[in-house]
Amino acid sequence: MPFPLFTDVLLWLLIAAVAFYAWYCSRRSHLAAPWRRVFQSKAAMVCSVVLACFLAVGFLDSLHYRPPLEGGRGYSPEVLSVLDLALEPLRERRERTYSAPLATRLYSREQIQVEGKTVSDFPRLAHGGAHLEDESDKPRDIAARIGLGLLCAALAAVFLGLIVKRLRRWRPEVPWHAAGATLLIVSSIALPVAFLSQGYHVLGTDKVGQDVLYQALKSVRISLVIGTLTTLVLLPLGIALGIMAGYFRGWIDDVIQYLYTTLTSIPGVLLIAAAVLMMQVVIDRNADWFATAAQRADLRLLILCAILGLTSWTGLARLLRGEALKLSQLEYIQAAHAFGVADARILSRHILPNVAHIVIIAMVMDFSGLVLAEAVLSYVGVGVDPATTSFGTMINAARLEMGREPIVWWSLAAAFAFMFLLVLAANLFADAVRDGFDPRVRM
Amino acid sequence: MLAYVVRRVLYAIPILIGVNLITFLLFFVVNTPDDMARIQLGTRRVTAEAIEKWKAEQGYDKPYLWNSRAQGPDKITDTIFYDKSVRLFAFDFGAAEDGRNIANEIRMRMWPSLALALPVLLVGLAVNISFALLMAFFRATYLDFWGVVLCVAMMSVSTLFYIIGGQYVASKVWHLVPISGYAGGFDAARFLVLPVLIGVLGGIGSGGRWYRTLFLEEMSRDYVRTARAKGLAESAVLFRHVLKNAMIPILTGVVVVIPLLFMGSLLTESFFGIPGLGSYTIDAIQAQDFAVVRSMVFIGSVLYILGLLLTDLSYTLVDPRIKLQ
Repeated sequence: MPFPLFTDVLLWLLIAAVAFYAWYCSRRSHLAAPWRRVFQSKAAMVCSVVLACFLAVGFLDSLHYRPPLEGGRGYSPEVLSVLDLALEPLRERRERTYSAPLATRLYSREQIQVEGKTVSDFPRLAHGGAHLEDESDKPRDIAARIGLGLLCAALAAVFLGLIVKRLRRWRPEVPWHAAGATLLIVSSIALPVAFLSQGYHVLGTDKVGQDVLYQALKSVRISLVIGTLTTLVLLPLGIALGIMAGYFRGWIDDVIQYLYTTLTSIPGVLLIAAAVLMMQVVIDRNADWFATAAQRADLRLLILCAILGLTSWTGLARLLRGEALKLSQLEYIQAAHAFGVADARILSRHILPNVAHIVIIAMVMDFSGLVLAEAVLSYVGVGVDPATTSFGTMINAARLEMGREPIVWWSLAAAFAFMFLLVLAANLFADAVRDGFDPRVRM
Repeated sequence: MLAYVVRRVLYAIPILIGVNLITFLLFFVVNTPDDMARIQLGTRRVTAEAIEKWKAEQGYDKPYLWNSRAQGPDKITDTIFYDKSVRLFAFDFGAAEDGRNIANEIRMRMWPSLALALPVLLVGLAVNISFALLMAFFRATYLDFWGVVLCVAMMSVSTLFYIIGGQYVASKVWHLVPISGYAGGFDAARFLVLPVLIGVLGGIGSGGRWYRTLFLEEMSRDYVRTARAKGLAESAVLFRHVLKNAMIPILTGVVVVIPLLFMGSLLTESFFGIPGLGSYTIDAIQAQDFAVVRSMVFIGSVLYILGLLLTDLSYTLVDPRIKLQ
């Protein structure tokens, strides 16, 4: 039974909105021009392929359902996503505790029975490498799986080459080969990992024996939700208040300026912390609102996005206020006044389209900051629900194990690698968007 | 000038009242005095009388914002909000929930925070400016390109990783410095080296790139072309002319954060066990100690407004064309 969570619905609506915007742009050459400039840069093409891979994971993870119970009566209280279905082997194969990447044995000694005697040794894993009769076969087995993966990647490369060739004939100005090469690299990492993960824990397991690769993939959705849904709250507030303050001036400007000076003068983390603690009390008190734990965690995530949006619209509003102040002095706005055009129409038809580039730049620039903020907030204890897997909770759990000898490094390394790749791609893409949209750059 | 400062200080008052109102509402909309009493008294002795007694002792038995039973100005003054926030304006913060005086605590913890934040700011400024100058000097070469790439890559790493990685490498692998802790006097240096280094390292990415843009913007000005036309060497143009003019936006950008240095850094302090205001704040958030959080919010806002004022004043100092009205 499909079981959409709040954030799922909003995320899909956002996708629909972006698709509509893309369709709208494609029919108007003046709107499409900056995007064409963006996608002529190689960096932007590479980054958008990487981001698209993250988005694909995130969207598969945003199709939630409740599996039917055995016996055909009712549905399980556990909420799963399509991604969970695809990664079922990773999710189900739990070990007892830590195990290193690609290991066949646990990370800690236990009392085990060997030929009737009790000895203290590292026991074999329940799933990682369990198919091996003899552990000395492991390097050969791993090499075979990687080789198989690379072979598939090579096959994919042939198809990719053909598609890229087609695309280059269609739009020669876009660096399709860069996108193709990126996709090839991604697939020649992802395919061997996919083959390996059939038999091993590629990134090891955490304290309760859960596969770290699975956790990292699940964290991607949380990052995407926080990075995108926050802007849903941030944009309307920032745009409306910013251009109103700059256009109307007078007491409206005073009130809006007072509002955002007050908000910015409260230290950011403290404001977010206070708001999150407050909302947690409400959620705890109304536990009966939620049928499942997933819904509760989801609402908490949604409210976190709303809080982040409510506390960070001030920067955009200030930018837009300055721009609207400047625009409202220009002749074409004065001409509109002289013709008796209503204020609302001037704002929506004449001011808003001329500040749109600032809005788009701010939106892509904010994304990476929000992804990083999630990790910090989860560390402070005011981030996502502690039961949700996110990069922040992964780091937080792994941090406590830093004192172990030998060190448990794989959780941290996985969170680091995924986060770094996501944020780096977002940062570089944002730079390309800024270069494409900012009129000052083109002079 | 003086009139301007006075007006700005007066303008700060409604902002501070607003800040107090927001924090007050955030905490009391859901966390009623009854709940606070229950948390404070523990689970055993909770009777209705005990709660009433605690509320009366702590001054929480009044209405929140508007006392309709009182007469005249008491309608506003005889409320929890007035009681608890007016005293903040005289920097009287009262006691934390463990009974300690918050003002004393702040006075004590301010110095470790400053000892950490000031070196981070100064060293970071020097490092970022030199790095940015280097990139500007080699602009449009591979050195510049890879410098920017390095900056973006460093921006993309979460602060948490800088701290965890630094602690692991410097303290666990190389055993150079203690992993965390603090000592008074000059012993503090031993504990501060690593956090300062990490703070500087974490700031290079965004700082270096931002200053590079400032330098490049300055280098497209007419006076730079004049300087080059009269035959000055590129290094002389860069150090004698561009650096001086680019320092205006850099320094005025730094002035706004100077007062906030007292607040310390939330993450670094709590990771390294430095008893500053940042770790005090985190502890208070986690213990849901409203009195402390509210005091820190208030101080933070005061310092921020002070920073804005100092920024405006510093503009007139470095750029004589600007006049404050």
